[in-house]
Amino acid sequence: MSLLEIENLFVEVDGKNVLNGVNLSIEEREVHILMGPNGSGKSSLMMSLLGYPHYKIVQGKIRFAKEELNSMPIHQRVKLGLAVSFQSPPEIRGVKLRDLVRLSAGVPIWDQSKEPEETFASPFLQKVGLSPETFFDRDVNVGFSGGERKRSEMAQIFAQKPKLMILDEPDSGVDIDSLKMIGRNLGEYIKESHCACLVITHYRHILPYLKPDLAHIMCGGMIVKSGDPYEMFTRIEEKGFCEYLGLCPPGIKDKIEKGIKR
Amino acid sequence: MGIKHLNTKKAVNAQNKKANLGLDIDLSKFKQKTSEVKGLTSLEELQPDIAESARGVGIVENEDSRSGSFFQVDSSVVFSCHKREVEGLEVLSTQESLKRYDWLKDYYYKVVEVDADKYTFEAHLQKGGGYFIRAKSGVKLTLPVQACLFIGTEGLLQAVHNIIIAEEGSELHIITGCTTHPLVSSGMHIGISEFYIKKGATVTFTMIHSWAEDVDVRPRTGVIIETGGRFISNYICRKPVRSLQMYPVSYCVGEGARVRYHTLIYGSKNSSIDVGGRIVLSAKDCRAEITSRIIAKDQSQITARGHLIGEKPETKAHLDCRGLLLSDTASIHSIPELSAKAQGCELSHEATVGKIEEDQLCYLMSRGLTCDEATALIIRGFLDPEIPGLPIHLKQEIRKTIELISEKAM
Repeated sequence: MSLLEIENLFVEVDGKNVLNGVNLSIEEREVHILMGPNGSGKSSLMMSLLGYPHYKIVQGKIRFAKEELNSMPIHQRVKLGLAVSFQSPPEIRGVKLRDLVRLSAGVPIWDQSKEPEETFASPFLQKVGLSPETFFDRDVNVGFSGGERKRSEMAQIFAQKPKLMILDEPDSGVDIDSLKMIGRNLGEYIKESHCACLVITHYRHILPYLKPDLAHIMCGGMIVKSGDPYEMFTRIEEKGFCEYLGLCPPGIKDKIEKGIKR
Repeated sequence: MGIKHLNTKKAVNAQNKKANLGLDIDLSKFKQKTSEVKGLTSLEELQPDIAESARGVGIVENEDSRSGSFFQVDSSVVFSCHKREVEGLEVLSTQESLKRYDWLKDYYYKVVEVDADKYTFEAHLQKGGGYFIRAKSGVKLTLPVQACLFIGTEGLLQAVHNIIIAEEGSELHIITGCTTHPLVSSGMHIGISEFYIKKGATVTFTMIHSWAEDVDVRPRTGVIIETGGRFISNYICRKPVRSLQMYPVSYCVGEGARVRYHTLIYGSKNSSIDVGGRIVLSAKDCRAEITSRIIAKDQSQITARGHLIGEKPETKAHLDCRGLLLSDTASIHSIPELSAKAQGCELSHEATVGKIEEDQLCYLMSRGLTCDEATALIIRGFLDPEIPGLPIHLKQEIRKTIELISEKAM
């Protein structure tokens, strides 16, 4: 049995179809790339796997680590070993980043009277290049730059020790230095932990760090094509999604929305 | 307004004078002074049930971490002392201090008016205890003085009068805990507090309230801050009350005086709460800040006020009120007011009232927290005051109280 099995998944949000029959399997230790035009359902797939409210499964099944997730609350899915990094995580005033890193690992929030020097979260922050001196006392995402948010997400999901990481555009809106650091961190983590990974991205720059096994293209709420990641990127960069998928104008927008594949 | 000048007519008027704000309370339904409670030689002699209630509002029996202590049960002062090695600190009952110092009449009902309303007048009639705390000139006390006002009799009206004087250049930290015996369900607490902060002195005043569900509470507080003086007030209400109304007023009369009010209200059940405060900046370079964090649960109805008055140029003040609604039947009404009476006073406010955002909850749940744990974490963060200038012992007491509230909020 695969680590993650998604079978003919249909999901709606407030009555609107966002996933229209997704099929996807990820084995242990595999790294998959997920691409697709904006609005094709990539983030919706992630939210559905996590069990966010409003993402209502109307048909199909999600199985992860031998359990069916369909009606499981978010925190239980996470306890099974599912970890996600968000594209634009919210700001939470008063909640310290160090404490959230600790809680992600199931470690209670920092109490200086019991632990004079914080030793759990600091190494995770250090590892992703958020200097503990500066970020230790900061509120989660408050005043963080784009790159800092991505790194903070990394620190949290590394602390979770997941079986499967889902990363929603870990490489968008960051400068080259951040991109390199995030790529290196992810690559090292995957290598050390042997965890599986599903990465949503628009860019190939991160591929060498992740050494992906397979790439998928989503369109109209379905996975419409799967194959070798480098080859697919090369073709998409040449032709763009529309032509590559054989969805030529006119009427292209309609077709994408209806989820028609060739 | 001194007592001596209070003519009979005024006194009669004051006796029936409703307060401008808050529910009107019929004082005749409460029991007056009870019989004298025996004095103690140490707080460690407190009955275990009383001691436990007091711990919940930051009062400790072991005085090692305190500069001095005051303990009042109903209308009787059972303990007041300061450590022998602490020179320049006085902790006495107000009645005792008035006998001892003739000059104290210049501080008695001077910044709170005796005929302000029927509650201030009732305290004058009752002379029901309260504390006098004085830090003498230049004395800096890093350990806090603790004072407990305890109601141990069902249906009692406790009316105390406190006078706090920080002489020039002194530093004084006070923690006041007000609470009831676990078997008491109703009663009334009136607390007059007059603060006099002299040139260059610093006072922090942390008050934790933890009353029974049918208690009515009417603190009446006035503060005068002279040149370069600092006053930090932390107020925490952590349990449901029948009604609570207070509106402390601080007057910055000397150049460079500074005031901060931090208010944490956890309103639950049927609590009717109207809290706020006014700060008057009457000299150049004065600074003020009012910060409130309000949580409203169940059917609680909460009004949060704040009024900043800039009377002189080069003054600056900010008001920050945030409210979190945890139920659809509770309400928070925020009323910020700014009055500028001179050019060059810089007054500002921000107020937000709302529910916990779903995406914040889900985000925390996506790190493995249950919905309740995520809510508690957000509430703890919401309440965390990060007040600069507080000694570690007070910070710990405030943290502890916040922990209790966050756990309870579920």
